[in-house]
Parts: sequence; structure tokens; C-alpha cells
Amino acid sequence: MEAMTTKQIDSIVVRFAGDSGDGMQLTGDRFTQESAVFGNDLATLPNFPAEIRAPQGTLAGVSSFQVQVAEHAVLTPGDAPDVLVAMNPAALRVNAGDVARGGTIIVDTQEFTARNLTKAGYRSNPVEDGSLADYIVHPIDMTSLTVAAVKEFGLGRKDAARAKNMFGLGLLSWMYGRPTESTEAFIRSRFANKPAIREANLAAFRAGWNYGETAEAFAVSYDVRPAPMKPGRYRNITGNTALAYGLMAAARSAGLELFLGAYPITPASDILHELSKHARFGVTTFQAEDEIAGACAAIGASYGGALGVTSTSGPGVCLKSEALGLAVSLELPLVVVDVQRGGPSTGLPTKTEQSDLLQALFGRNGEAPLPVIAPRSSADCFAAAVEAVEIAIRYRTPVMLLSDGYLANGSEPWQIPQPGDQPSIDPGFATEPNHETDDGARAFWPYKREPETLARPWAVPGTPGLEHRIGGIEKGDGHGNISYEPDNHDLMVRTRQAKVDRVTQVIGDTWVDDPDGDAELLVIGWGSTYGPVAEACTRLRKQGQSVAHAHLRALNPFPHDLGEVLRRYSRVVCPEMNLGQLSMLLRARYLVDVVGHNQVRGLPFQVAEIEDALLTHLQEVGR
Amino acid sequence: MTAEALPFPGLRGVPVAEVPATAKDYSSDQEVRWCPGCGDYVILKTIQGFLPELGLRRENIVFISGIGCSSRFPYYLDTYGMHSIHGRAPAIATGLATTRGDLSVWVVTGDGDALSIGGNHLIHAMRRNVNLKILLFNNRIYGLTKGQFSPTSEAGKVTKSSPDGSVGAPFNPVALALGADATFVARAIDSDRAGLTEVLRAAAAHRGTALVEIYQNCPIFNDGAFEVLKNPAESARRLVRLRDGATYNIDGRAYVHDVRSASAESSWALSRLDDGSMERVPVGIFRCVERPTFDDQVRENRARAEKGDDAAFLSLLAGPDPWTVA
Ligand code: SF4
Repeated sequence: MEAMTTKQIDSIVVRFAGDSGDGMQLTGDRFTQESAVFGNDLATLPNFPAEIRAPQGTLAGVSSFQVQVAEHAVLTPGDAPDVLVAMNPAALRVNAGDVARGGTIIVDTQEFTARNLTKAGYRSNPVEDGSLADYIVHPIDMTSLTVAAVKEFGLGRKDAARAKNMFGLGLLSWMYGRPTESTEAFIRSRFANKPAIREANLAAFRAGWNYGETAEAFAVSYDVRPAPMKPGRYRNITGNTALAYGLMAAARSAGLELFLGAYPITPASDILHELSKHARFGVTTFQAEDEIAGACAAIGASYGGALGVTSTSGPGVCLKSEALGLAVSLELPLVVVDVQRGGPSTGLPTKTEQSDLLQALFGRNGEAPLPVIAPRSSADCFAAAVEAVEIAIRYRTPVMLLSDGYLANGSEPWQIPQPGDQPSIDPGFATEPNHETDDGARAFWPYKREPETLARPWAVPGTPGLEHRIGGIEKGDGHGNISYEPDNHDLMVRTRQAKVDRVTQVIGDTWVDDPDGDAELLVIGWGSTYGPVAEACTRLRKQGQSVAHAHLRALNPFPHDLGEVLRRYSRVVCPEMNLGQLSMLLRARYLVDVVGHNQVRGLPFQVAEIEDALLTHLQEVGR
Repeated sequence: MTAEALPFPGLRGVPVAEVPATAKDYSSDQEVRWCPGCGDYVILKTIQGFLPELGLRRENIVFISGIGCSSRFPYYLDTYGMHSIHGRAPAIATGLATTRGDLSVWVVTGDGDALSIGGNHLIHAMRRNVNLKILLFNNRIYGLTKGQFSPTSEAGKVTKSSPDGSVGAPFNPVALALGADATFVARAIDSDRAGLTEVLRAAAAHRGTALVEIYQNCPIFNDGAFEVLKNPAESARRLVRLRDGATYNIDGRAYVHDVRSASAESSWALSRLDDGSMERVPVGIFRCVERPTFDDQVRENRARAEKGDDAAFLSLLAGPDPWTVA
């Protein structure tokens, strides 16, 4: 055996790609988990087709999972993979172009048959024809090596070959010195009831590791040391899971039952799945007959004193719009989760986009304002959900929580909250009459407001003496009876707006990162662009450039000082995965000449792309 | 004391009043704004008169409506109430009833609200068997929007939106409810206070979704739609008052009416008795069978789940593979 060398590197980007049925998401997830346990910082990008099983071996059926692991803080899954594992020609064809020049490509040669090459649109075998000369290519017959390794467990060839993803994982785990215990434990528990398959997967995993150790081709392994992180307990978490946990944590803090009304829709269904597991924590999930019923049932639950939540993606928000208008008019707490995906219409169900911002703000009839909050990373979905619940309860209003497909499925380390981390939330149910009539009688006025927040009382059925009627029809100020009075309507419209504007009371100042203090250029983003924008800024600053970064968590209302922040800079650039929705809002509201940098490719921004764009702006502003 | 003592399984879990209420206690301070002579008035009176009979605490009764003339109903009852959006009342009521087993939840809807724009929610409420009492005021016309044909209007109806007569067959709400496997289905007539009260009583007693179709006259846009069932000279031969166990001849076949029959044979045959000509129109209870209710089952599942304390919640948050950074 060759003497082994280990090279120190500070980060690595790995992409696993294969057919939808090849288990690439699982493989990527395990590699991620091994790295997390090892102590690296990381961020992931799963990317899969909308079709559950597109025809085997086709370009349409390629599924991939990318992860960046580093010894320093990372905010994105990385622009270009340093290593691509391609399980078939289609996976190679779809992904090879993204690999960094000089990067490593590992392919399963068994799958590179004439038929598969044709399916992928190759005229000749790229592994042999020199077209991958810019890369270090490792052609390995992973299928045969796997089948040989698991022979003793008596599986058919097909089942045996299925373990090849574990071979690939084992090989990569060796290359990067990942700890293997968590994956072995995972395989044991996942296949606890299928001993042959369990043993085969373990054997394939170890065979992959041993192959790396013995094959001469892999003379070097790499070491990415743990990243310095704040002391504490961590786990790796996806955005959808973090969001579900945030809703649960906030409902617990408020002592409320959590009721989710939802209709299955990509990429939001995992929130429904997650919450469905937690009846013991006071969660009720209702899989409704349609999107409308999901929202309406949640409104009914909130009316009864539970925390009503409805989760969906953009097309579902369209259907819920009328119900959301009702919630605005009823002034009841409600959280609406929109995990944005590519649109319009069915669009790109499994891909990410930020194009529902204007819909969230304005997609209802009439003047129907509601607060809008957007998490900035997968782990931040937890805190953003808590914040949305707090606002919904404090201001008696529906709140839109705008996540997206990238945050939903991507993952990163998350510091696990400790007991007492959550602020307690007071639902403040009304218990007695709140008004004295002219004749001195005590009465209950459902639309008499709390002066500071303008919130109305939350009086739930079952409370004696507070019987009242509410509805979507315009109500008289205070007493809440039907009113068609012109002045009253004007007052009510303005009051509902003023109430939402007062949410600035709890959202604080604009978050601005301007370490040099002399920047002329401000880049402003919202939602999931935080990662690539922040990394691009870090890179530019390392090159001696001054650039300020502002990030909005509240999209409605905007922080009170936002106009002042924008006016401090001579140029404001706003990167968005849409055609300029936030730019439009900022321009309209603050009369600042915000320049958009827009992309709608269904994928998150690459750091280099933003870095380049900002460099151009920096040159133009002369710094 | 709880409602367990009442003879109404449908109200199990709803607290009872210490002091008996009267019809007056149930009327709100709001001015009733239906057109003069509207059938809704007598239905309102009947319900205000009937509710005290339940012996419940007023604050534990909720009426939820959609949009339409009938949907103004909740404003006139001094209970909790919500006037919601078109067709969605069953969905809102489902969320409320599922989270609050201590409430008696009623839905007031019309033929357009329940059978056109809200059809999906109606059939799913009945399929699930949520413990809701759905009162469907059927006037066979759109009243609030000023007189377009509705999904229960007879074919060929001449209205503002169908000057040449409407095209398409009407829904038979009772047959539709039976088709959706509703556990309780009945029909009554607005002006028949005794008959309506009897049906309401049985609906309240039933645990599960009760669909009560109420023929309601709209004197403005569809006056006299049910006149032949009201005028004593005609109604005697046309009205078929349903009695459990009684025999009815339909198409030369004798059916012994069995409201609890699983096959719903007599229920189905009786639902089809009126071919639209109103020659023979059954009123009363078509079906009343027991099936576990959706909301009870959801609550039971939750109650059965071993309660998770703070420690359990924190361990959920930590997941299977946490790590510590010192
Ligand atoms: S339009 Fe018809 S149904 Fe509506 S209130 Fe007037 S009479 Fe009653």
C-alpha cells in the first residue's frame, strides 16, 4: 500500500448526483450529518425533480444534493462543487459543468453503457473521450464492487446494487476523514427489521471506505477541521423542520393548542408531516379538502382560542386569499406559511424563488394589510416562526411567514434552544365586558382596541357575558355591529393599516452590517439571499472594498429607520430571486433609486455572481 | 352538572345552563333586516324558541354562516357567531368544532352558499362526520345578489341571468347528502314550526353532521316556490311526513322506512320520491345513523398521546444526532 498523505483544506463542496431512485438525498444527508457531528460549519442544497420517479437514466430524473463543509462559518452550500459523485451519465451531464476547474469527478462506470449514454445525450463516453480533461476523473465500477461486497447476504442483484449509494458515501467519508459512527447507527436503525438489507448497506459503506484507503488512485485524503462555533449544543436542521418546531415552541410559550389546517403542496408538505407527529405536544393537524378549507379551519380554530396556522406554497396562497382577507377583517391571530417556489401557476414546484412577496403584501381584495416576516436561513426558520406567532397574538392579525424552497429543504447547524430561551407569550384572552354604555350598563365591544397596539380583544366562545358576532362585513368602530357609514369605513380601513404599522414596535431597527463605516454601496436583501449576499460582502471586504449589507426580516411593516438607512448610501443594490419586487417597494416607499439584481433560475444565487455584480457597482460609484 | 345528563348525545361535553333560558334571551339587539315576509323570519323565531330547550349555556353555542340572505342569521341570535365568507362556513366550523368539544356548533347556509360555491366543504364535512348542525335554507334562488337561478332552481327557470330559462338539472340536497354518506339527513318547511322543531331536536340529539334542508320562501325573487306544500288543500296529498318504521309505497314497491339502516335503502328511495314536480314531498328524517365523529376521534387521539413535558420537547428539538461545542 502507498504511504497515505493527508492534506489540510479549509472547506470543501461536495455534490452527490444520480437518478431519482439512487438515494442521493439520503446519501447527501448522511455526509452532512457526519460533518455536523465532526464540528464543521455547513450548508446544504438538495435539488430534485418534481416527478417522483422520472424515467430511469434520463436528464429529467436527475436528483442531487450539495453540501459545503468548512472549518469557518459558511452561509451557502457553495457555488461550484469540488467533488462530484455522478452515479450515471445523466447525472454527469447535468452536473459536470458546475464542477470547479480541476475538481474531482467520481463516476460509477457500470452505468456508462451505450444505452445510458444515449439517454443522457452523449455521443461518446465522456469518461474515455477526453472531454473531462479539466477534471480529475475517478472511474470506479461502484455497482460491481458493491455487489461483490454484499454477496454473502443473499440479496438479488438488484437489491444488492441498490446499496451502491452507501459505497459512494463510504468512499467520500474516507476521503474527508468523516466520523462514520452516526451513519452506521443510522443504517442499523433504518433497516432494523430487514437484517439482510441492513448488513448489505453496512458492508457497502465499509467497502467504499476501504476502497478509498487501498486504491492507489486515492493517495491523498483531506482534512477539514471543525469550525469555531459558539459553545452550545447543536444539531443539523432543515428549514421546514425548524419552522414547524418554531411554531410549536411559540404555541407552548403562549399555552395554546396549535392547530394546522393544510392541504398537501410542494415544498411545504414537510411542515404538515412534521407537525402531524406531535399530538402529544398539543398539536392538531387537519389535512383539509382544499387550500381554502385549510385556511378557514385554522381561522375557526383561532376563533375558538387555539393558535391557527395554515401552511402552503404560492398557488395555495392564491386560493386562500379570500380567507386571509376575512382574517384581516376578523382581526384574529393566524399564521400563514408560504414556502415559495417557482411560479407562475404550477411553475417549478421543487425549485426556489422569492416571487410571492407582492402577493403576500397585496394579494387580497380591498385594503387588507398583514405583517410579513421572512427567515434568512434554514435554522432561522425557527426564530422567524416564533416571531410570527408573537406578532399574530399581540396584534390579533394574520401574519405571513415567507420561507422558500431553498430554506425549506436546505439544512445547516442550529444551536438548540435551552429551557427558558423562549419568551413567554400572553394570549390575553378577554374575560369581561370592556365598555360602559351611556346608560351605565357594562357591555362587551369586540372592536374596542388596546391603545398601544390597536389590537382588539380576543374573546373566545365559552366566555360568559361576551357573546358577540363578528364577520367579514364592515363593522362599526368599537361596538362591531354592521356599519355601512362612509366615515366609519374610512376610519376602520385606516385603523387596520395603523395597527399593522405599529408592528414596528416589535421588529426593531434595520439590520445593517457596515464594518468600515465609509461604504458608498449598500446591498439590501430579504429571505434566503442573506447567505450568498453576506458571503459576497465578506469576500469583497477581504479584497479591501467597503460595502454595507442590510437585511430585512420584516417585509411589512418595514423597520422604522429603513428610509434613513437607504438614504445614507450613494448606491443601493437589491439582489432578489424575482424581477425586482422588493426594489419596487423600496423605490415606491422611500423614493430611493434602488437597483435590482435579479435572477429567477429556480436556484439560489451563487456567491461569485453577486460578488461580480457588486464589484461592477463599486467601480461605478468610484470606490 | 354537564350536558351528559341531557338526552342529547350530540351535546355531550357542552356545559348546561344553571338558569333556564327563554326565546328572548336568544334574540340579539340587532335589527333584523330581511325583506318583509321572508321565510327566514319564521325560521329565526322557531330557532330562538327551540334553543332554550337544549338547556345549554348560551356562551357555548356558536352559529357560523357563509354569505347570502340566510347567512345574516348569526347577527340576530345572542350567542357567539361568525358571518364568514361565501361557502366556507363548514370549513371554519370544522376547525372550531375540532378544537372545542365544549361548544355546540351550528352552520347556517343557503342553496347557493352550500351547494354551489361551498359544495366541496359541505360534502367533506358530511363525509368526516364533524359534530355540526348544518341548516341549509333552500329558497331555490340567489336572493342577496338579486335573483339569479341557483343550483336547486328547477331546470328552465327564467331569471335575470337566464332569460331563456336556466339550463341544467338541479341538485337534490337530500340525495346529495346521502350520497356523501351524511349520518343525519332531514328536511323541513320554514312555516311548519312543529315539524321544523322536531327535526332540529333530532339533529341536536345526533352526534355527527346533521344536514337539515329547510324549504324557505323568498317572496321577492321566488315567491311561492313551496306554496303547494303549505296550502292545506294541496299539502295534505303532497306532503309525506316521514316516520321511522312506517311503510311508504314508491314505484309500486313498499318500503319500511328505517332511518338507521346501513344500506339507507328507504332513505335513498324516499330522497328520490319527489321528481321535482312536488307531487309527493317527504319531510322529516331520512337518515340517522351512528358513526364516530371526526372531532371526537381527533380529540381522542390527542388525549391518548402520552403528554410531552418540557424535557420531552427539548429532546425533540435536539433530534437524534446533536453535538456539543465546548
Ligand atoms: S331576497 Fe328573498 S331570501 Fe333574501 S331576504 Fe329578501 S325575501 Fe328573504
